Amino acid sequence: MAEWVRRSASRGGLWRALAGNGRVVFGGIVALVLVVVAVAAPVLAPHDPLRQDLLDSLLPPLWAGGDPRYLLGTDGLGRDIFSRLIFGARIALTVAVIAASLAALLGTLLGLMAGYFGRWVDTIISRLVDIWMAFPPVLLSIVLVAVIGAGLQAVIIAIVIVDWTRFCRVVRAEVLVQREQDYVTSAVTIGLSRWRILLGEILPNLVPVLLVLLTLEMGIAVIVEAILSFVGLSLSSDFPTWGGLIQEGRQYVYQSWWIMGLPVACIIVVVLGFNALGDGLRMVLDPVMRR
Amino acid sequence: MRAVLDIDDLHLRIGRMPVLRGVDLTVEAGQVHGLVGESGAGKTMVGRAVLGILPSAARITDGHVTFAGIDLINLPAASRRGLLGRRMSMIPQDPMTALNPVYRIGRQLTDVLRHSLGLGRQAARQRALELLEQVRIAEPGRVLRQYPHELSGGMRQRVLIASAFACGPEFIIADEPTTALDVTVQREILRLIRKLQQDKGTAILFVTHDLGVVAKICDRVSVIHSGRIVESGTASQLFAVPQHPYTKALFAATPRYDRPGNRLVPVPRQLTLRLLEDAAAYDQRRRMLRHA
Repeated sequence: MAEWVRRSASRGGLWRALAGNGRVVFGGIVALVLVVVAVAAPVLAPHDPLRQDLLDSLLPPLWAGGDPRYLLGTDGLGRDIFSRLIFGARIALTVAVIAASLAALLGTLLGLMAGYFGRWVDTIISRLVDIWMAFPPVLLSIVLVAVIGAGLQAVIIAIVIVDWTRFCRVVRAEVLVQREQDYVTSAVTIGLSRWRILLGEILPNLVPVLLVLLTLEMGIAVIVEAILSFVGLSLSSDFPTWGGLIQEGRQYVYQSWWIMGLPVACIIVVVLGFNALGDGLRMVLDPVMRR
Repeated sequence: MRAVLDIDDLHLRIGRMPVLRGVDLTVEAGQVHGLVGESGAGKTMVGRAVLGILPSAARITDGHVTFAGIDLINLPAASRRGLLGRRMSMIPQDPMTALNPVYRIGRQLTDVLRHSLGLGRQAARQRALELLEQVRIAEPGRVLRQYPHELSGGMRQRVLIASAFACGPEFIIADEPTTALDVTVQREILRLIRKLQQDKGTAILFVTHDLGVVAKICDRVSVIHSGRIVESGTASQLFAVPQHPYTKALFAATPRYDRPGNRLVPVPRQLTLRLLEDAAAYDQRRRMLRHA
């Protein structure tokens, strides 16, 4: 941990360590591309993702001899797949960022409290986590969305409600380690309040762990959103989400496999990227943290 | 002499195990009071009980701790926080871990000053510079901008000493402040603590297992074994004519650079056993009294 600060403080050594890690670079590039595509979607997309053209339906991608106007072909209603994928990235990124951040916020707060205050606070929160983990996560989120009602907000809420435990468990364990450190005792002996010690002294020492968890969670959020779209519980079906595209493409999979194959590929690359980023960050930050 | 800290018949247990068995100890204003004992004697717990930083399994079962007329044991947490830092502070044992690794020295020192004395940013920085000069840190301006890991153990301990003296407390608990340091650095740190203590008239409870350290710095000494003070007196008295057999045994087990060639005698096993038996018998008497 001290090492982590030293590296980041002295001559950008941390950046060099990150740049030297293949997973971080790969994951970073994927994340960067995703952000650019999502933000610039209206500029990048050659067509309106919702515009149908039944005369041009089920065109193959360009490399399979398709129409040059439709780079990756069209779906059963003649909508441009390339544009739909680009707009789908917006949903994926929105869900990944917002859901993962909110889950991190909730889980971290509860984990901090459980780890530092102990006693009945810890008992309540930890038992809650145990109960939570007894439910299969995907099933729980499907049930939740079904109850809350479909839509982007519902998807985000479902992911937060299901996944805060990931943060809570790890943060609690890490706080248990940190609170025994002498610097915490020192903080107590200068008369700082418990919340101030928790947020001002302990929390900054958890930043590397949280960073790793957050990136991994973003990958998970993308998958969960795709699953919920696939079962039709996310946005209305004409709006292009990757999960929705897979679901639509399923009907044509024997004639036009790319309609389903392309969004699957997008999800795989993005999730792989987030996971690689998280793993890479852990590799770079962890050994020095556990010094 | 006015007593700053008065510990009276302090009993403490961790879980079901008695750790302190009626500790009596008085620290007088402006004096350094050594608390000497072997590992497990309970010396650290005395300090922690005073500061209110006991491990969660520890319970004070009996006795009083009074600081400047304030009953520390029944003090609400908020009032205790008001005392800590301002009127009472601590020099920790291990300087390597006692500073928060993510903050610069300056931030950590000024935090103490701003929080306890309510100084402004500029005033706190100015005061921090003075404090670092007082603990004889060469380039205080540079050290303020450094992170803890950029400093040596001795330097960090100086910073922590500066922090302990920062708000001009009446009383400091030093829990083996030199144990984690090299012997050469130890000497300087001891001198530094002694000098600051004398300049400011601070009282110190100096917890250690090292009689050599006690000889250098303490005015009075209490020897603790199995949770009880076995002997107490002025340092010169105790060093000249130790009364209790355990104190004598401790001296016989301490290497003396002024008497090279002396054989070191470990504390005799029978003596340790007898003290432990005494302690066990004491526990039993207390149990019977409670149930009677």
